[in-house]
Amino acid sequence: MSEEFKVEIVNPEKSFLIKDDVSEVVVPAFEGEMGILKDHISIISFLKPGIIKILSKSGDQNYYVEDGIVEFKNNNLSILTSTIFNLADMDKSKQQDLLKQAEEEANKTDINDQSKYLADQKVEVLKTLN
Amino acid sequence: MASLDDLKKRIASVKSTQKITKAMKMVAAAKLRRAQESAEKGRPYSEKMNNVILNLSNGISDKENAPKLLSGTGQEKTHLCVVMTSDRGLCGGFNSNIIKKAKSYFAKILDEGKEIKIITVGSKGNDQLKRVYGNKIIENISFKESKNANYFDADKVGKMVIEKFEVGEFDVCTIFYNQFKNVITQIPQAQQIIPLNNEGEESSLEESYEFEPDEDEILSNLLPKNISTQIFKAMLENSASEQGSRMSAMDNATRNAGEMVDKLTIEYNRSRQAAITKELIEIISGAESL
Repeated sequence: MSEEFKVEIVNPEKSFLIKDDVSEVVVPAFEGEMGILKDHISIISFLKPGIIKILSKSGDQNYYVEDGIVEFKNNNLSILTSTIFNLADMDKSKQQDLLKQAEEEANKTDINDQSKYLADQKVEVLKTLN
Repeated sequence: MASLDDLKKRIASVKSTQKITKAMKMVAAAKLRRAQESAEKGRPYSEKMNNVILNLSNGISDKENAPKLLSGTGQEKTHLCVVMTSDRGLCGGFNSNIIKKAKSYFAKILDEGKEIKIITVGSKGNDQLKRVYGNKIIENISFKESKNANYFDADKVGKMVIEKFEVGEFDVCTIFYNQFKNVITQIPQAQQIIPLNNEGEESSLEESYEFEPDEDEILSNLLPKNISTQIFKAMLENSASEQGSRMSAMDNATRNAGEMVDKLTIEYNRSRQAAITKELIEIISGAESL
């Protein structure tokens, strides 16, 4: 029996990615990274800024996300997110732009704890990409 | 009867109008295809979002303490209406249809002795509503600079709505937009987004989910996103409807202009012939009298 399942990433504008030969997906869930394999129990969770790793026979892919929701059901993984970038397409300048934005946000004083935490996360993740 | 010169000028002016409407029709057709595509591409996201929320709200254990965005504030005193129209005119009944729908809703709410507050998105709606409901409009947003509907803009509107909800400015929120059916038909819609109206929809929940963190926390994170998503969906539907409506309006205008040119041309030819005949009669009768 194959150990592969289907993953679908959607953003508001379009279906970003559909892949059905995935062996494992690692998502940055809100309470820590979470690896999902085939026959995982049905789960709904949401994401914090981080890297989604998709492992498959045809090669691994990494994506940077800022937020989102994951739903896993019947070996279908759906990821809904409003901001997603393929790391392979992301060059230095794009990364710097995002980092600058995130730092600005993190340095704001009038935001609540949660958005502050999320902004800090963004900065952290983007820095590790360098 | 108008002189020959006048007729000629009129024909020329109708023809140039026809050229413009024809060009606008072509542009609208091209834009329509793009808008329709993005509306279709945007559908999976809002459908999935709806599904997840449906599953979540059914799974919630404590209905009493459900987030207010889902269950409402418990009263229905103040209604916020987000009226979404276009920034440009010349698109047939597109804007008037939304306004008509919105106005009848306003009248109903006011009759019940409740209050309304209006946010207009798009300048055309603002122009039409401010005459009657000027003092009710609390906010006017327009996205003239953005070429296409994008999620960033929708998110701005969504965040504003939520902010107002959290400080208790209103209890119920409804958005007005045109749903795109086809080029000829667009259906004005009134959709309630706060509190979320899920009744009548059966969830496809056969098995229970595991939630991490718990349902309440996910829901309270998800619901604001859903507001933006619904607004974004409305924006996409609206932009497809606008182009469709403009296309059929301009098609009509072009046809009407064509008919008018034909009629004027016949009139022109007739009066020219009349002038020639008159001259001939004059010459002949002049020759006869000699």
